[in-house]
Formats: sequence, structure tokens, C-alpha cells
Amino acid sequence: MPKEYKTPMLDELEKGPWPSFVKEIKLAAKKNVMSNDLLGLLERSYNERLGHWKHGGIVGVFGYGGGVIGRYTDLPEEYPEISHFHTLRINQPSGWFYTTEALRTLCDIWDRHGSGLTNMHGSTGDIIFLGTKTDELEPIFKELTEAGFDLGGSGSDMRTPSCCVGPGRCEWACYDTLQRCYDITMKYQDELHRPAFPYKWKFKFSGCPNDCVAAIARADISIIGTWKDDIKMDQAEVKKYAENGVDIFNDVVLNCPAKCMKYDGDKLEINNNDCRRCMHCINVMPKALRPGDDKGAIVLIGAKAPIVEGALLSSVLIPFLNIDDDEEFEDFCDLVEEMQDVWCEEGKNRERVGEFIQRVGMGNFLEAVGVEPIPEMIAYPRDNPYIFFEMDEDEEEEEE
Amino acid sequence: MPMFEAGDISVEVDEDGFIQDPDLWNEQLANALALTEGVETMGDEHWKLVKYLRDYYLQFGIAPMVRKLCKETGLPLKRVYELFPSGPAKGACKVAGLPKPTGCV
Repeated sequence: MPKEYKTPMLDELEKGPWPSFVKEIKLAAKKNVMSNDLLGLLERSYNERLGHWKHGGIVGVFGYGGGVIGRYTDLPEEYPEISHFHTLRINQPSGWFYTTEALRTLCDIWDRHGSGLTNMHGSTGDIIFLGTKTDELEPIFKELTEAGFDLGGSGSDMRTPSCCVGPGRCEWACYDTLQRCYDITMKYQDELHRPAFPYKWKFKFSGCPNDCVAAIARADISIIGTWKDDIKMDQAEVKKYAENGVDIFNDVVLNCPAKCMKYDGDKLEINNNDCRRCMHCINVMPKALRPGDDKGAIVLIGAKAPIVEGALLSSVLIPFLNIDDDEEFEDFCDLVEEMQDVWCEEGKNRERVGEFIQRVGMGNFLEAVGVEPIPEMIAYPRDNPYIFFEMDEDEEEEEE
Repeated sequence: MPMFEAGDISVEVDEDGFIQDPDLWNEQLANALALTEGVETMGDEHWKLVKYLRDYYLQFGIAPMVRKLCKETGLPLKRVYELFPSGPAKGACKVAGLPKPTGCV
């Protein structure tokens, strides 16, 4: 008979109209002893204001160095069912498309071998299975792979690449995020499963500058859809928006970060040369405005969330890449491998590539990976003068 | 603390099976630990890896980065996983008697 825990603190979190993780754990606890002990431990942590998870377990499955995160409680005698409570990351399908059958298969496997609690999806993008014992890892792995699933990344490896829903459902997708996310996942299986980097390396693919997977804030390599030509405009639809009460001047024109729009109450004008492709005007008036036809992606490098050091946003590496083109995509992969080589060779332990670039200087980094510095890499003129333009021999002769 | 026991060996280990006192390490213990990580017999290449890890640890007090390990031993990462199926951090370091490598997951 499993212990019964009183949970007055946790019960508070069930109140209100919103979903509650407590409700879910309680549901799971009815049929799963691990979830039951989890309730007890969590209530105790809330009372003591103290976490009871130890940090830094190393567990895994044979053949892989990542994908499982070891978790142990520091009170194993009192909560024996969760003395081990390992997390599994499972590689999600591109854009998180599942059949209900696939979801049932996943949940059935997890009911048999773990706590039954999942996180669909974690902020890494993976399917997260929360809580199992070391002995269950190989059986879970076997059943998962038989069902066509695989573990994701963890530790100092290429993390599970993740992408927005892209052309699968979204009209703004400027390239096939689903395909390229899948391609990178398959091409770099070794890097995904067998950690050998100084630290984690993340790819995230967003189809347009709305950046639904927050690539610019979280991915070492952010690949964000954009376009080169003019925003497509339908003046008749602009009029309709105005008639239906959209305050075009205040909500669109004044909110344009590049201040490249004019509106005289009748006609909307855009100076596309100054447009920053931020999507704001398009989001407000999707029927009147659309991205142009010459679509591709902008590749940025160096974002990270604050763990070891502070947060960084990605900055431009390749201003425009026709990433749907196989040859350009291959060239991009070659560049990625070159960058990883330099970073692996010179990077310190637990130094993300963005921090590495800050330490050695963007100019030195670009030189090492064989990329020419260009103005697009600079956020503001004269603001980050880390690149020194040197004249080559011909130019020097001309000067003389 | 759990104990690792095999034959006449009995040493304290953490919950992941890493020995707590690196000074207690010897080849007999390494052989016994290897069995827990899916290594039936320790061959020359196994020992090459383990001894490199051990020497590095005794000199610097930490485990080397994986890339360095491969470079210095001349064993590609694929081969390391063939030798130690649970990988360099969990498998090889455990057999070499290093404390549990830490890191962010």
C-alpha cells in the first residue's frame, strides 16, 4: 500500500481556472508509486523551502553518451520510490507532428517503465520523460527505438535540433524548417549522441523573423527565415483594415523599428531598403502585407541563456542563405564543421561558442574559420569596433 | 553510501557507481568495475585509455576533455564507444577510478 501524503501547500496550486502540474501529478499518483512519492517530496520541499534533488548524476544507455539526465533525491530512505528519478530526452519529430498512435505508444512505454509524467515539450524542444530508475533505462531505450524514436542530446554535445512548424502549417515560412532540422539531425547523429564538444551546441530553425522557437535568444546557430526583395502589399486590403478600425498610423507606422513606412490616411508606403524584416507590420495586417518572393534564411551565431555566464543574443554570420538549395546547405554545413573544429580546438571547457567569440574577438574568429567580415555583422555603426578592416596589397598600391 | 563488492573487493561508491576514494584504485578493481560497464575483458586499448585518464587525473585533478582524450590516445571517438559502450565519461572514467565528472546537462 503506497504511503498517503497530505499536501496542503501543493493543494493551493490547484486553485484557479488554469492548468496545474499538481493536478497532473496527483492523477499519475493514483496508479504510479513514483509519482506518489514525488508528491510527498515536493510538499516537503515547499515546507522546508529546500530542494531535495542532488545535482549531477551520470547514467545512460550503451552506445550513447547523452540523452539521459541522472537525478537522485537526497532522501532516498524516506522516499524510496524516487531514490532514482532520471530524466530522458527523446528526439521530437520536426515541428512536433505526431499521430495519436505515436503519442499513445510513447505514453504506454513510459507508463510501463517510468513515473508516467511527461513534459511535452521541454524548452529544449525534446519530449521529456520525467522520472525512472537506472535499471529501466535499457528496456525503455529498446522499446523507444523499436517504435521509431531515439534519444535526444544532453551534456556537451549537439543538442536535439528544433524548428518551428514552418511550411507544415504557417504561411510565413521563408524556408523549409522541417526539412533542414531533420537533415541536420540525421547528418550529425554522432555529434548528437556522443558528446565531445567543450559545451553544448544548439541549432534552432525559425521560418520567419517572428522566430517562434526563439532561435535568436537560445541557439548557438540561429537560422531564421527572411526575404531579400520588397514586402508585397495590397492597398485595397490596407484600406479594409483601416475601415475595420485598425489604427494604421499608430499601430503600424509608428511601431516600425526602422521608421521606413509612410501612411497618408489613404495609401501605405514602405521604403524597403530600410526595412529590417521584423514582421511587425505583416503581423498586424496579414491580408494586406506579405513577405517578398526572394526568400531564404539569415544565419546568426552565439546566443545562449544565462547559466555559466550571462545571456547573449545571436549576431549575424551569414546575412542571406538560400538554405532550401542543397548546394548552399552543404556549404553551410561545411562552415559549421569548420567553426566547431576551431571552437573544439581553442575553446575552454564549458565555454559556449558565443563566449568563445567574445573572448578571442569576432575578427580573429572569422579569420580562423575563413569568413570575410562584412558590415551586416555589426549591430550599430561604430558601436562594436571589433573588426579591423585591412587593405589587401592591391588596395594599398592604389592608395599609393 | 552504497558499496561496490566483487570477490574480495569492497569499496565505497556513489549512486552512479563511481569510487569515492581514487587512492583505492588498482588494476583488479578496474577489471571488476569494467564488468559493470559492459566491458567483458580489458584489452590493450582499454588499458591505454584508462591509464591515460588516470595519469591525467593524477597530474591535473580533473578529467581531460573528450577531444583531448581521443587525440592523445590516438583512438577515435567511435572506437572509444566500442571499447567502453557507456562512453568516455561514464564508462572509461569510472573504470579509471576518477570521481564522477560533473557538468551541466
